Amino acid sequence: MVTRGFFSGRKPPTDADERIPPGQYLEQGFPVLSAGPTPHVRTEDWSFTLKHGPRPIKKWNWTEFNALPLTKMTRDIHCVTAWTKFDTAWQGVLVDDILADAGIEPPTAFTLALSFDGYTTNVPTQDLTAGKAMVALLYEGKPITPDHGAPARLLVPHLYFWKSAKWLNGLQFTERDEPGFWELRGYHIYGDPWREQRYTGDS
Amino acid sequence: MSDGPAAQSPWQTVTITGIEKRTPRVTSFFLQPSRPFAYRAGQHVDVRLTAPDGYQARRSYSIASAPEAGETIELAIERLDDGEVSPFFHDIAAVGDEVELRGPLGGHFVWSDSDGGPLLLVGGGSGVVPLMAMIRHRAARKSTVPAALVFSARIWEEVIFRDELIGLDDRRDGFDLVLALTRELARRPTDYSRRVDTAMMEQSMLRLPAPARFAFVCGSNAFVSAAAQALIDAGVPAGLIRTERYGV
Repeated sequence: MVTRGFFSGRKPPTDADERIPPGQYLEQGFPVLSAGPTPHVRTEDWSFTLKHGPRPIKKWNWTEFNALPLTKMTRDIHCVTAWTKFDTAWQGVLVDDILADAGIEPPTAFTLALSFDGYTTNVPTQDLTAGKAMVALLYEGKPITPDHGAPARLLVPHLYFWKSAKWLNGLQFTERDEPGFWELRGYHIYGDPWREQRYTGDS
Repeated sequence: MSDGPAAQSPWQTVTITGIEKRTPRVTSFFLQPSRPFAYRAGQHVDVRLTAPDGYQARRSYSIASAPEAGETIELAIERLDDGEVSPFFHDIAAVGDEVELRGPLGGHFVWSDSDGGPLLLVGGGSGVVPLMAMIRHRAARKSTVPAALVFSARIWEEVIFRDELIGLDDRRDGFDLVLALTRELARRPTDYSRRVDTAMMEQSMLRLPAPARFAFVCGSNAFVSAAAQALIDAGVPAGLIRTERYGV
């Protein structure tokens, strides 16, 4: 349905077009969205735990985690609130390298990301491995700010950005695909921006 | 509080049936859905505009009306000069125009009188909109749940829903309005002439007969960060505080 009097003044240049998923617009800033107050997690209080169900597999403190191989990842990111930001530059530890340090293969097909503030989000394990995702520690070369998830956040750039959990403190392998915080509150179980899977039931 | 999944809600056409200027920068648009829907106070909708060449722009807007208000929903939209959807509404949209809408959406920033209270609401600028839906819902239900709204605006003329809020405050039925004007002197003895801070939150909570069971904070990211921290410093457990940020 064409809207009377609305014209595409904001239409992005065609070379950018193919990088913007349907229903998204290009944002230059870096908006902040979260369901509660910003937790202030000190690195000395931070830890990261890999779990299989309730059972811890391995736990790292901040120093140990920073000793893992650091990888750079520059990606476009897509928020379900409709902004897309190009070329965000992160450094962190690939999930592959976390698994290698723990000496395991992924034990299940589903993963729940866990955060200090109780936030959770589910991601199929195969969307986290093979270089697709990392636990990011730096944004544009500097420590991530509290608003954006300090000291460490998940980065799964090919899914809507609510999947990239802030204030991350663990990954938990689950037997079934367990809906997380927003997935229980009307948002899509998978969240592929290119298929515009924003809300529960979007195909 | 029920946080069940929202039912799938496809795009539908809605007709603008009324336009009412609220403040110099905020105007309410009343929309009649082709397929009316039930919603909860605090939820939002997505609005989509389509250009002749197929280009589409979508934005999320909170619902200002109470679920009890009937089929027509009210969106109170602030004009953002560098926006692409809000200038359409402010400069072009007229009664009788159709736009596309999807909703209701969001299952976290919601409150019903059956959830109980006391209820502490903190809004900055147009962040008051979803809180207004909760306040109107409370009034429509003739609820006695104690509630306080701390509403920060730059000046008196920019206090959205000002007359309605003061009218509700004057009922003395358990709802208290606290205005915090950041660029003008307060006009009512119970209001403040400064930004929200910990002392203001402490004093506002004293207007409630018991500690808040729910705290909702909405506004810009800078406002929400400051207000949520002020609430925490005033003793509100972080886990009770629900936030909604415009992002920027």
